[in-house]
Amino acid sequence: MRLRFVAGEVWNGLRRNSTMALSVALVTFVSLTFVGAAALTQMQVQQLKDAWYGQVEVSIFLCQPGAFEDNCAEGPVTTVQQDEILEVLEEGNVSDLVQSVYVETREEVYENIVEADDTGVYSHVEPEDFAPVLRIKLHDPEQFQVVADATAGLPGVQSVYDQREVFQDLFSLLNSATILAAVLAGVMMLTAVLLITTTIRLSALSRKRETNIMRMVGASRSLIQAPFMLEGAVAATGGAILAIAGLWFAVRYFVEGWLTGSIPWVDYISSDDVWAVAPWLILAAVGLALIASLFTLKRYTRV
Amino acid sequence: MIRFDEVSKVYSRGARPALDGIDVEIERGDFVFLVGSSGSGKSTFLKLILREERATSGDVWVAGRQLNRLSNWRVPQLRREIGAVFQDFRLLPNKTVYQNVAFALEVIGKSRREVKATVPEMLELVGLAGKERRFPHELSGGEQQRVAIARAFVNHPPILLCDEPTGNLDPGTSVGIMRLLDRINRTGTTVLMATHDDEIVDQMRKRVIELKGGRLVRDQDRGVYGLETV
Repeated sequence: MRLRFVAGEVWNGLRRNSTMALSVALVTFVSLTFVGAAALTQMQVQQLKDAWYGQVEVSIFLCQPGAFEDNCAEGPVTTVQQDEILEVLEEGNVSDLVQSVYVETREEVYENIVEADDTGVYSHVEPEDFAPVLRIKLHDPEQFQVVADATAGLPGVQSVYDQREVFQDLFSLLNSATILAAVLAGVMMLTAVLLITTTIRLSALSRKRETNIMRMVGASRSLIQAPFMLEGAVAATGGAILAIAGLWFAVRYFVEGWLTGSIPWVDYISSDDVWAVAPWLILAAVGLALIASLFTLKRYTRV
Repeated sequence: MIRFDEVSKVYSRGARPALDGIDVEIERGDFVFLVGSSGSGKSTFLKLILREERATSGDVWVAGRQLNRLSNWRVPQLRREIGAVFQDFRLLPNKTVYQNVAFALEVIGKSRREVKATVPEMLELVGLAGKERRFPHELSGGEQQRVAIARAFVNHPPILLCDEPTGNLDPGTSVGIMRLLDRINRTGTTVLMATHDDEIVDQMRKRVIELKGGRLVRDQDRGVYGLETV
């Protein structure tokens, strides 16, 4: 009976205060769109990191003939030096960070360079002009610096190069975008809380007569407050659903429909990822409304 | 049923007490008029019984409960044992007569069947049978007050508090309301009515409690409105 009563009150409340309900829904929509966008951007960054970092390698260039680095003063790398370097990587302190080491022989290095060279600059070089290169895959590419520090000073090492550096700028750009979206989301959430608070306060004031009668005839505080809280929650959930729909359309038609075609070499998030974010957005909306109303109603629906 | 032991109420520090050392007992089934000029403390007296306010000192007992020690979450339970009727009726304008009365039962969780059985019975008792579907604005003042009484009494509370229930009504209509309250009192319900209506008090010849400046100045069985005017 009480459930029916509360449901009836919620329905009546929404009907009578439809403009207020709409404003709560819209502000929640905008703020949760930002929250969702921030989450999706972060997911995209993570996805790119996973995809690209999985492929990137740390390359240790060994001293080749004629190299002028201090480390190479004694001449090209020797087999003994190469073995010592490999020992550090495979059995030394950093061995638990290393997934695999591939030794690219000077012949392979030569072939790769000559193959990629369409200008003819390298046409007169021989495999003997190169030194082998160690291609290292790490369990966690973020640990690059540790491996670099452990190997850079070793005799026979000309330079250590991390392909990850290529992506660093892009990732910092994407991370900045996530932070910006998160800050905007925070501001919008605050706006939403304030608006929901004001809306529920107005709603409680406009129904003072009703709540007074409820108090007088012995309704419990929770029963008096429930319709207001649920009204806020329903309106906010409406906003969350709009936000989810908005994000889904953006990912479906902008990312999947357009970006994938225009810049195809990037691994993009898909509309399925929106569904992963969706339950959290609804939870956030309901939580937002309930918290806002709990604080407001304490004052306006006293027993 | 209602007992005040040395009850005082001061609203703000340093102000004159709204009630000052009130000692009074109202038995089950009593019909009591609470009289006194504006500001004499009648409303505070009723608010203390409804636990809308707490006494500053002294003990208020209502239906076996000591209200000063009653926790907030038990207040709704107390109010279910007290019906309240006001001068301004306090009906919900967008609900029909039936819905207004049913509202009181719905909010305390009565079943639909109970509501369906009780509300028409109550409307019959207050003389509004056949007007279930009317809205408050379609009723006369007297009829609106009858709806308010039906709502207050539909749960059959042992106590009925009436704050100037005839204050907005003409003398003829007031008589009808008083007959109704008398009838409810005869079912064993304690009725406490704050009023300025001397004619009614004089006609009914019930117990009269008079407050003046927050003090109890008269408690008289079969009394009249003002002693000095008799």
